Amino acid sequence: MSTLLRHLPVLPIVLPLISGALLLFLPQQRTVLRSSIALLSTLAQVAIAAYLLHRLIDPQPGLLEHGVEVYVLGGWVAPYGIVLVVDRLSALMLALNAAIALPVHVYSLAHWDRVGVHYHSMLQFLLMGLNGAFLTGDLFNLFVFFEILLSASYGLLLHGSNAVRVKAGLHYVAVNLAGSLIFLIGVALIYGVAGTLNMADLGVQWAAMAPERRSLFEAGVGILGIAFLIKAGIWPLNFWLPKTYTAASPPVAAMFAIMTKVGVYALLRMGSLLAIPEAPAPFAGPWLFYGTVATMWFGIVGMLAARQLTRLVAFSVIASSGTLLAVIALGVTSATAPVLLYLIASVPAGTAFFLIAGMTERLRVNSVTEETRAPQPTTYTAFMAGEPHEVGDNELDEVGVAIPAALAFLGMAFVSCTLLTTGMPPLVGFMAKFSIISALLGAAMDQSSLDAWLLIVSLLAAGFAGLIALTKRGMRSFWSTGRTTPRLRFIEAMPVAFLILLCVTMTIAAGPVMNYLDSAAEWLHEPNAYIHAVLPTREVSP
Amino acid sequence: MELIYSLAVGIFCACGVWLLLRPRTFQVILGLALLSYATNLFIFAMGRLTLDRPPLIDPNVVADASLYDDPIPQALVLTAIVIGFATTALFLVMLIASRGFTGTDHVDGVEKDE
Repeated sequence: MSTLLRHLPVLPIVLPLISGALLLFLPQQRTVLRSSIALLSTLAQVAIAAYLLHRLIDPQPGLLEHGVEVYVLGGWVAPYGIVLVVDRLSALMLALNAAIALPVHVYSLAHWDRVGVHYHSMLQFLLMGLNGAFLTGDLFNLFVFFEILLSASYGLLLHGSNAVRVKAGLHYVAVNLAGSLIFLIGVALIYGVAGTLNMADLGVQWAAMAPERRSLFEAGVGILGIAFLIKAGIWPLNFWLPKTYTAASPPVAAMFAIMTKVGVYALLRMGSLLAIPEAPAPFAGPWLFYGTVATMWFGIVGMLAARQLTRLVAFSVIASSGTLLAVIALGVTSATAPVLLYLIASVPAGTAFFLIAGMTERLRVNSVTEETRAPQPTTYTAFMAGEPHEVGDNELDEVGVAIPAALAFLGMAFVSCTLLTTGMPPLVGFMAKFSIISALLGAAMDQSSLDAWLLIVSLLAAGFAGLIALTKRGMRSFWSTGRTTPRLRFIEAMPVAFLILLCVTMTIAAGPVMNYLDSAAEWLHEPNAYIHAVLPTREVSP
Repeated sequence: MELIYSLAVGIFCACGVWLLLRPRTFQVILGLALLSYATNLFIFAMGRLTLDRPPLIDPNVVADASLYDDPIPQALVLTAIVIGFATTALFLVMLIASRGFTGTDHVDGVEKDE
């Protein structure tokens, strides 16, 4: 048992890898077996993430000395070997990832896992990439995990291919391939200057770097930052995002809601390690700040202009990415914990929204649209997988336990998600926005900084615009005449209910959640703890 | 050697960017391929350009770091090549799928000037 516990940090990567690979070899017709294996793997990841998080809530002295757990792969010590690092932030991201992966997975069991081949494998590989990106303590492994999650996302985006998806996918893949090359150039430059790719070691090197090497290093880090900003969906690098998220099938779009946050996480992590003596341009300061505020306004305008719910939510994902990074870029230390709260509130809300959007599609009289129509047979013949037996021409013909008062449920879910996304009381979204604004107000009063005011105005405008757009959208969906009462299956409704209940729980338990986030933020602003855990003999002096 | 090497990287990169911005999917994929060549060469160069220095340690020769080349960029290039190859293959499949669905090889799926 204790051996297993020691290897716990690597399990979120190994487990989906094994189960995903195993699922590749099972025939497509064994639906029940495949779904059970995949679901078991997702459940195990939830358990592991929850345990890792739990251990860091109240770390016992001795076991986790600094609130950081370092897993040394193959016993090769850093900076020569590869390390996985579980600190409060990565444990939080792992838990968030698992918490949205489970409902998405369950939701897709209703119908979507059978509209194409190898859905479960790709979902597991996506989870592997996401978990790995949150855990790794090494820049090149970050690249590898980014590639794993991107490859899986290419496959998932094309899942149930139709013309719209292939077209959006073509742009998405092209942008991300170019982004990966930019990432590699940045990594190469950094290695060329610093001679290491271990993140903690980079922090040490950066603090003690000779001035003549600084500019080249900054250029490398700048190029790397561009790659992260593409992933995070920061204006003007985000034109691929709305179209991609709108074209994807609902559970896939729901899972994509966390993918922009990987870019945010990477920026946050690198920015915190390079913060001594001063973080380079893409990780802090005016460039990032104005770029992200522009992103927020891009999201606002997009939300107001969007005519489709999925497109609207895609723009709200952009706005939330912008909000997160704008607050970080402003460098108000007391706002870091609130912004983490905003992160864990906005991601489940976005996920739930994409799932709801998949269900409200059916409110229309002719509910079988281009999006929901059964797949074109190309996928099956191309992969010689044979026709899956359970996909009918019309998904609504499928048998399943329908829930009563479907319309009331959808309406309630829609309202809750609107409250969460726009930051209206009483849910956790409001708390997050309120505490961000309160921290910013403090900074604005103290330093009379115009930037803080600008951010406050943008934040309020984003909430207001989201409210207008979503109310309009909701009225059109739920109050218009000529709609049909949809049949919702339990298996589709439960995940949405789970996500909303998760947010309600966070609202009720806001005190303990905030305590955890406070200590996470504190660790983030104290990079020495991280560096010390990875490289016990080194330290950075401010 | 440095001059020729950097010229090669630059030309690959310039051609790649130009092709990437073209409207045909085949041009885009070639552009990405050229760009990835440029990137791989660039990573390789970040280990410094040296002659007659193997990256593997020979047990019969005295252990002296100046006799050996840095093996890490070479390992990185290898990984990048493998990943780039896989993603390019995937992109090729999508290119053909897109051609099948839309009947054109324009990246937007529609001919602009028709």
